[in-house]
Amino acid sequence: MRPEVLAVILAMALVTYGTRAGGYWLMGLVSPSPRVVAALRAAPGALLVAMIVPKVLAGGAAETVSVVVAALTMAVSRNELAAIAAGVASVAALRSLAPMP
Amino acid sequence: MREGGGIACGSETTFTWRGAVRGARGVLPLVVSSAVLGLLFGVTARDMGLAGPEAVLMSALVAAGASQFAALEIGGETLPLLAVVLATLAVNARHLLMGATLREPFAKLTRRQIYGSLVFLSDGNWAFSLREFAAGRRDAAVLAGGGAAMFSAWTVGTALGHGASLGPEALWRWGADFIASAFFVAVLVSFRPSRAELLPWAVAGATAWAGAVLLEGHWYPLIGALAGAAVAAWRAGDAA
Repeated sequence: MRPEVLAVILAMALVTYGTRAGGYWLMGLVSPSPRVVAALRAAPGALLVAMIVPKVLAGGAAETVSVVVAALTMAVSRNELAAIAAGVASVAALRSLAPMP
Repeated sequence: MREGGGIACGSETTFTWRGAVRGARGVLPLVVSSAVLGLLFGVTARDMGLAGPEAVLMSALVAAGASQFAALEIGGETLPLLAVVLATLAVNARHLLMGATLREPFAKLTRRQIYGSLVFLSDGNWAFSLREFAAGRRDAAVLAGGGAAMFSAWTVGTALGHGASLGPEALWRWGADFIASAFFVAVLVSFRPSRAELLPWAVAGATAWAGAVLLEGHWYPLIGALAGAAVAAWRAGDAA
């Protein structure tokens, strides 16, 4: 195991436990302002969008279409695994139509 | 015995093995999906250059799928520490809000039970636990029991997925490199954003895209997320 990777994993674990225990602990001390709550609520979605958008825009038609397929499947089924399966199947199918870049 | 309101009179908070087992059974569908998603994470981690022990350790110690996928996305094989830590914080920030809701149900527990249980906090077992408490079943071990089951399945899945050893060409053909993107989109849809929440997301996406075009490296998702969160905070201030 690479030491720098181990360091990152441990840091992630600490930070994640910090989020798991921190909310409980902090509520005993402070009441977060509406702005802070709004930022915390928005952060996960914002980061996910920030990761997906550039990647999809940089990718090809297959990826763009498949993102929509995954989203629609999730909206209809409310099942994450189904959405992943649909998106992956869609991208595999569309890629098989075009030659490999 | 029918009770009115959210808290059953005469029920005291307990913390038993029975509760833990009940918690595990209550989230059984999520245990299965954790195993499958763990498999997908293991495949993705290998594709992104993580060694088996590295991927498995990450799943065992972090046990938060969205942030683990995000870490791979941001860092790939090299996992730059600061960027990954900030991304982990952003994606897992929702735990802060969930943990806060447990203060009342956990009020009578020992500190070891509380902070031990919180190791296993995740969306699914949190929701299940709140439903239990609202129904008057006050065995607080349901959270830890469900979480332990989910996390075990997640870790085992990771090991199996990584061990599947698919080559990069096969992965591309099967669309396996798309797993993370599809997962992120599914999670976004599951958030069921209100129209008001779409503006921060749009700002995040636009800022990230600009950052990806203009900047080198892996910071653009975090900059986008910061911009989106800032817009959300600003609008909340206006509304108050």
